[in-house]
Amino acid sequence: MSAPSFHIARSTPESRFALVIGLLALVALVAGPYWIDRNGMRIVGEFLIYLSLASMWNLLAGYAGLVSVGQQAYVGLGGYFLFAWAILFGLPPLLAIPFAGVAGAIVALPVSLLVFRLKGAYFAIGTWVVAEVFLLLAAQISVLGGGSGISLPISVVRSIAESRDGRDMAVYWSTLGVAVAILIGTYLLLRTRWGLALQAIRDGELAAETSGVSVATAKRLLYVVAGAGGAMIGALIFLAKLRISPSAAFSVNDWTAFVIFITVIGGIGRIEGPIVGTFVYFLLRGLLADLGPTYLIILGAVAVGVMLFAPKGLWGLVADRFGWQLFPVGRRLVLDTSASAATSKGA
Amino acid sequence: MEWANVILQGILVGGLYALFATGLSLIFGVMRLVNIAHGDLIVLAAYVALLCVTQTSIHPLLAIFLVAPVMAVAGYGLQRILFNRTLGADLLPPLLVSFGLSVIIQNVLLQIFTADSRKLSAGAIETATVPIFNGLAVGVLPLLMFVAAVAIIAALQFMFYSLPIGRALRATSDDPEVARLMGYDNRHLFGVAMALSLAVVAVAGVFLAVRANFDPALGPSRLIYGFEAVIIGGLGNLWGTLAGGVILGVAQAIGAKIDPGWQLLAGHLVFLAVLAFRPEGLFPKVDG
Repeated sequence: MSAPSFHIARSTPESRFALVIGLLALVALVAGPYWIDRNGMRIVGEFLIYLSLASMWNLLAGYAGLVSVGQQAYVGLGGYFLFAWAILFGLPPLLAIPFAGVAGAIVALPVSLLVFRLKGAYFAIGTWVVAEVFLLLAAQISVLGGGSGISLPISVVRSIAESRDGRDMAVYWSTLGVAVAILIGTYLLLRTRWGLALQAIRDGELAAETSGVSVATAKRLLYVVAGAGGAMIGALIFLAKLRISPSAAFSVNDWTAFVIFITVIGGIGRIEGPIVGTFVYFLLRGLLADLGPTYLIILGAVAVGVMLFAPKGLWGLVADRFGWQLFPVGRRLVLDTSASAATSKGA
Repeated sequence: MEWANVILQGILVGGLYALFATGLSLIFGVMRLVNIAHGDLIVLAAYVALLCVTQTSIHPLLAIFLVAPVMAVAGYGLQRILFNRTLGADLLPPLLVSFGLSVIIQNVLLQIFTADSRKLSAGAIETATVPIFNGLAVGVLPLLMFVAAVAIIAALQFMFYSLPIGRALRATSDDPEVARLMGYDNRHLFGVAMALSLAVVAVAGVFLAVRANFDPALGPSRLIYGFEAVIIGGLGNLWGTLAGGVILGVAQAIGAKIDPGWQLLAGHLVFLAVLAFRPEGLFPKVDG
């Protein structure tokens, strides 16, 4: 008898399949402007925006226990940053996107010092107050339209690209680039030491702290990263809309409520959750959007129902049933059952 | 004198904010539940009052005595059917369920009553004033609002510290497990706490409806005012909550006097300043 041999696996058969599908989808999406019509591109853009926002909110709420109801603060901040950048300073709009991320991080750090004094649900409403303050402050900036908002001047719009198709493509590819960066970043982050720390915090804050995880630092880091991501997404959203107003930029419904519903329905605290949730959300929206308020009543009821009866979300149901992990972030010990099996595998 | 008037009006509006906050503070104290739908329930109560008044042509302020029992029963049911299922060590379920409920209530109201703003007319009492001195006068309605807030908080304090039901509620608040061992039924007590909370919400809703225009989208900002009053005053102290409401009301009144755009901002900034310099609130709970 030889000693049992083993290796550490970081992937699963499903995850290798998901990787292939993901790469194919990425290729298809990069080529999007050549096979998707204008309306389709708009929907794909929105899909990527909600997927990115939900992935970041999932990190905050699902892993770090930071249930923020105020992420619209950063979306709006990014949007206003873009308009200030282009209108007040006359700089190229596309370049505003990465700098919006820097601005989001710079603002998120001091904000975290304030709101982190509140725990749990009080944190949630505290973040909301911060977003309201941002909204009211934005309404005071008269050079950016004050309370009624402002459009991007034609000259700025032209500076993105001369033709409308060119602009659509530029906005589409920027959105795709930022969304893919956020999604891959989320996944890679969860595979690092920080990711391990975040998963430990998710499973038990006190236990994580006693195991040597610096809970406060991990949370603050995540909050700042989510602020940066939110601001970049905000710049993209309002680059596509070409018009901004305080109520649209800091909308709790558009940039937080839907995002929460997506994450909860898909499965909170799992990387696959926001992906499943975004598909469900767009499906429901496509089917029910004509119903007006009834659509939101149904969406809210579905989220409440999922939270009560399947708190791990739709993906949680599937994963528990089949043991699937499309984006494995852990490490599994795999015993090599026998030498002959290993040999036959090698052959 | 002009400023004295501004501050006086702010204090009286603070009574309304304290009413927004009291229900929120009460259920947090008993079961550590933060109800995100609280503001929407206030607006719901305003619409229930509207229905009562239009159906029975009762005076709006008397409608309180119809709306409060209705909301209390609804609160008991809501707690037993919905919120009791969400309570536990995990903080997410109550938060997300009440958030979902908030969106549902807003849109149900939007569907039934449309987005048009409504108001309850209370007749002559709306413009009646009580002179104080030197031409300074206060409206009867704001005064009534403030008196109602003080009376409700005094009644709740009396209930918590002098009645058997208050003792039971404090027991579950201190330690739900031990309270159960002593024979208290937590699920029922939580239902009672939510019923009380929504009875206060009903009073707040009626005053909201009489004081100014309301529409289905008004809930979240009422939640925020109530929340700010609770935090400014200090968690777990109902008189502190009243003080928090008054401070918020005065801050908004002073802000509005300087520049109308600064009314809400001034209130939020005072809240953030308290959070920065005295995060436990101005009058934190003292046990005893």
